[in-house]
Amino acid sequence: MPARPAPVGSGALQLPGGWRVLGIAAALLVALPILMLLSQWATLGNGEQAIWQHLYDTKLDRLAGNTVVLLLGVGVMVTVLGTSLAWLVSVCDFPGRRIFDWALMLPLAIPGYVMAFVFLGLISYSGPLQTWGRNTFGMDFWFPDLQGALGVILVMGLVLYPYVYMLARSAFNAQGRNLLDAARMLGLSPFGAFWQVALPVARPALIGGGALALMETLADFGAVAVFNYDTFTTAIYSAWYGLFNLAVAAQLSTLLLGFVGLTLALEHYSRKHARFTLDERSRESQRFRLRGARAWGATGYCLLVILFGFGIPTVQLVLWTAQTWRGEMDSRYPEFLLHTVELAAIAALAAVAIALLLALIRRMPPGRWRWLEQLSVRLATLGYALPGSVLAVGIILAFTTLDQGLHGIIGQRQVLVGSVFALILAYLTRFMAVAFAPLDAAFERIKPSLCDAARSLGASPGRVLRRLYLPLLRPGFLTALIIVFVDVMKEMPATLIMRPFGWDTLAVRIYQMTSEGQWERAALPALTLILVGLIPVLLLVRQSARRQGQTAD
Amino acid sequence: MTASYSSPSRPPFALLRASALLGLLLLGACGGESATQTPQQSQVPQGAAPQDSAAPAPPTVTGPVVVYSSRQEYLIKPLFDRFTQETGIEVQTQTGEEGPLIARIQAEGEGTFADVFYTVDVGNLWIAADKGLLRPTQSDLLERDIPEHLRDPQGRWFGLSVRARTIAYSTERVQPEELSTYEALADPQWKGRLCLRTSRKVYNMSLVATMIDRIGEAEAERVVRGWVDNLATRVFSSDNLLVQAIAAGQCDVGIVNSYYLGQEQQRDPNIPVALFWANQDSSGVHVNISGAGITTQAKNPEGAKRLIEWLSTEEPQRMFSELNLEFPANPAIESVPLVQSWGDFKPDLINVEVAGRLQADAVRLMDRADYR
Repeated sequence: MPARPAPVGSGALQLPGGWRVLGIAAALLVALPILMLLSQWATLGNGEQAIWQHLYDTKLDRLAGNTVVLLLGVGVMVTVLGTSLAWLVSVCDFPGRRIFDWALMLPLAIPGYVMAFVFLGLISYSGPLQTWGRNTFGMDFWFPDLQGALGVILVMGLVLYPYVYMLARSAFNAQGRNLLDAARMLGLSPFGAFWQVALPVARPALIGGGALALMETLADFGAVAVFNYDTFTTAIYSAWYGLFNLAVAAQLSTLLLGFVGLTLALEHYSRKHARFTLDERSRESQRFRLRGARAWGATGYCLLVILFGFGIPTVQLVLWTAQTWRGEMDSRYPEFLLHTVELAAIAALAAVAIALLLALIRRMPPGRWRWLEQLSVRLATLGYALPGSVLAVGIILAFTTLDQGLHGIIGQRQVLVGSVFALILAYLTRFMAVAFAPLDAAFERIKPSLCDAARSLGASPGRVLRRLYLPLLRPGFLTALIIVFVDVMKEMPATLIMRPFGWDTLAVRIYQMTSEGQWERAALPALTLILVGLIPVLLLVRQSARRQGQTAD
Repeated sequence: MTASYSSPSRPPFALLRASALLGLLLLGACGGESATQTPQQSQVPQGAAPQDSAAPAPPTVTGPVVVYSSRQEYLIKPLFDRFTQETGIEVQTQTGEEGPLIARIQAEGEGTFADVFYTVDVGNLWIAADKGLLRPTQSDLLERDIPEHLRDPQGRWFGLSVRARTIAYSTERVQPEELSTYEALADPQWKGRLCLRTSRKVYNMSLVATMIDRIGEAEAERVVRGWVDNLATRVFSSDNLLVQAIAAGQCDVGIVNSYYLGQEQQRDPNIPVALFWANQDSSGVHVNISGAGITTQAKNPEGAKRLIEWLSTEEPQRMFSELNLEFPANPAIESVPLVQSWGDFKPDLINVEVAGRLQADAVRLMDRADYR
């Protein structure tokens, strides 16, 4: 069925009011660290003002400019890569398509900071590429300047495009070919059909994926630090580590959030309640078969992206691991691995459960507390743009206050700070957007008329939820679970500061080596992290393959 | 829940429903904060760290000493293991970045687990002391073993190992006679030949802070601007890369911590880069420390003091030199041969404390000079 705008409010979920309370409570818990950071604006004394003035005088404009360049570059790169690749594998057929379909998700398993140090190691002046060039062509050998903005954009674009790719791919798959055939019959060229029909219909997915990628870019300090590319996060760290003012650091980071919140709100407004619902349908047999140069061009393009996004970094890590693993492998390795997986699994489950609640309360009929629901959902999904260590401080501030209260009641100190619970909350705040986006997108694709029909046939709200929504939401669930799982595995700064005693993870291990410039020694934990990250990514692949298989018969 | 990833035989939706339920259970528990707590925390004692993090150590020497450290585990764990062997006192570590660690100790207040704060660079120790997080400690042993300029005048922190931040040069393109001081690297002679690490690294903040103290802010700013004018390329994110860049010919001179050259020499003994001891005719080489202090709210100050005292004695001091190619803070102890091969030098004897006091000024100065 073609795209069809539907009035908002129809098909609203009728659930008991308790859900609403539970949802708002969960959203506020997730938003707690953000609220703590906002409260830092209360501290705006002379010292803070002097630092603001200094930052303004010396570098804030340059940092803001750098950040905009980075956002634009990464935004264009992830959108172009993600959309074009998703279009190719879901609508066309060419040699290797079935493999590329899942292999293009692999870069998701590579943490940005790992990609950055591998890339920099390869392209720096003393790295193998330039050394080879100088030895072969002499000292005047020209090599593109990849150590500035361009390099950072390439690195971040390569690790972040899968967000757009995944969401775009499922959107294009869901559109099926009927829509395109209709467009072609109405006289559009193949490109016109893509540009004027497929793309606008996939827009929520593209925006959703792009927003995730850009929020991750804003929050990143790992990759930009390796390249020494100064962004807005640099100002945060400079205020904190250099000028010793945590309040200004927190204030700066809330500005990031304000910027993100504003952008998302604008986007939401520009969509103006337009809503597209489609039948989930995909037909293997109906792909456009590419031939000759076009087919090989498509194959070559996909191959190139996988080579740079996954092949080269993995090979480099394997080579480094081969040099260093004897010294690095110790008896604690299984423990690092176990902690990594445990934390990721707990956080993924909790995040998806809360994201479901948030998506549900957004769809309940408007009530008196509408504004609170909307606001708390918004706040709860902003944390993705927050640098992990700043976020961690928000949690520590909140929990030390709570701990002091608890001390009076149960007589134990420091129950919350330094607990697994605090760390999980950090993950929830940081990655709620990642869990929420695919779930919310899955909700969007459910036709409101279905719900109305079920209700008119006498199904109770609970039954509608169980029998209608949950099955239809399944793909969104799995995507959310898996992305959060992988993201938590890769998360470094918040884990570093908040992990309970003895809870070292692979990411912590990587940090310990890279912070001393020992990149080769970081290769073993990095490679392990990637391999473990591959398991859920492959699961995701399998599940989407199964879905296609089911609908094709 | 991890089982759901490894049992492909069961229909995924059933698993999903189960995990969603589980998630809701977790969520339900979120309302009563401590409920989710207990089962997870109870796993801790079975792990590597035997102490339950929820129960702080009793204030006796036999209890474990908790160390918050920005030094990497692979550099400190061998030392602490040795300490435990000798004294029977256990050591637990929480490693991380210095900024968040300081913020954590501060936020935790009187409830903190930390007995010892152990970090690199005096700037970090100074700020922790300045925020009232470290307590003055009187120890005859430490006062005997650690030279006066490497410890806090009030005894709140003690240097345990020493690193020199000095000039590294290409042995192929630079004669050591051409070099003299940090300040001279601002001369036009080095135009397009100098490599520097980012000003965001605390090592450079401390170097510039001591320079401000020595030659005044205006003159220091002139020097830093000169450095920036002389840069051969963008500033680096690590000293290792910087040394490699000198070796590869991207630049001819740079400023690095001594042990980073040592690391590169271990990797390639013939690397064409050498250390030049700066300012030998004037102030002496800028030295910095790794050091530790006892936290104000320490639950086990006795154990903490024993640990720090022990770290100043012969064997651990030798281990510092072996593990990270640093100089022992205790002048009675000899360095490993590689470190000795760099030769003797005159260190800047100004109390390192000044680097902490002037750090914020140094940061502002480097920002003004557009040293990134």
